[in-house]
Amino acid sequence: MTFINYAAKEINCKIVYYGPGLGGKTTNLQHIYTKTAPDRKGKMISLATETDRTLFFDFLPLDLGSIRGFTTRFHLYTVPGQVFYDASRKLILKGVDGVVFVADSQAERMEANVESIRNLESNLDDYGLKLVSLPYTLQFNKRDIPSVMPTDEMYRMLNYKREPTFEASATTGFGVFETLKSVAKQILIELRKK
Amino acid sequence: MSSTFLEVYEEEFERLAEALRRLRYASNAEAIFLIDKNGQQIAAAGDVENFDSTSLASLTAGNVAATDGLAKLIGEREFSVLFHEGERDHIHISLVAERAILLVIFNERSSLGLVRLRVRRASEELEQIFREISERSAAEADEQSPASPFWEITDEDIDSLFNE
Repeated sequence: MTFINYAAKEINCKIVYYGPGLGGKTTNLQHIYTKTAPDRKGKMISLATETDRTLFFDFLPLDLGSIRGFTTRFHLYTVPGQVFYDASRKLILKGVDGVVFVADSQAERMEANVESIRNLESNLDDYGLKLVSLPYTLQFNKRDIPSVMPTDEMYRMLNYKREPTFEASATTGFGVFETLKSVAKQILIELRKK
Repeated sequence: MSSTFLEVYEEEFERLAEALRRLRYASNAEAIFLIDKNGQQIAAAGDVENFDSTSLASLTAGNVAATDGLAKLIGEREFSVLFHEGERDHIHISLVAERAILLVIFNERSSLGLVRLRVRRASEELEQIFREISERSAAEADEQSPASPFWEITDEDIDSLFNE
């Protein structure tokens, strides 16, 4: 849910990074955190297990500057990817304005990708939201790993509604900001339609 | 789309902030935050600069969401009040008007009983303000109000955010 505060002249939007476990959602946020100027970001919070697997969520507040005099704030969240954390995953989606789906490009993870998109659809449905009408960007992550699945094949399997799609390598940062920019842009265009 | 937006105008924000300031005074609290259930701060009062308010808002919403999930698992509609007791500082969390969370941080200068009492009274006032915001918002949606400053956003405006 976009929160517009006319007194403070702020727009606040919520972006959720979704996808299967170990796909690179947290790494996306870590790269954004590392490369963003200190005055443009808040503290990054990770509620993770002792082995650094996301337990509840990661959270990164970003201030992208102003648009028409309004400070534009994006709150970036990741969900826990592991299948059995579904209850937590659903909670994070509450009030979402846009979703980035981080797909793992390794062939053996394709089934997990497909299952995670179905899970996203079903969890959105519980909030009365439809993926087809929500700002949505697809990211093919881990392109730096040799022998990953060709992108056209991935696109055939994972494309949902001809959403903007980006190749990325979250560990090197390739494609990370392009992905964020794409979903942020769709959210702001929704504001215009209001 | 209007149900997915929360818009707070200046005079509404001022009324919410004033209600929080009064609650802070009456309850002797350190700081009070009014947070949207999705983790965004709506208004605050007290020594707010002593706290990382963005992180507080996000974690409080996560806490409430998780507790809400627990409530439903055991067949309760919600747990409307949460209390976390620390050595020096304590946190009292309550739900307001089903869409917002009131977070009160207090220490030995106040007490749980006093905070609970004052929060109950302030909640009624906050609920009334939220009711009026919803009504105003619904009326504007019906009228197709052209007041939004965002409908003229251009692609260049959006691109410039990422080029700064």
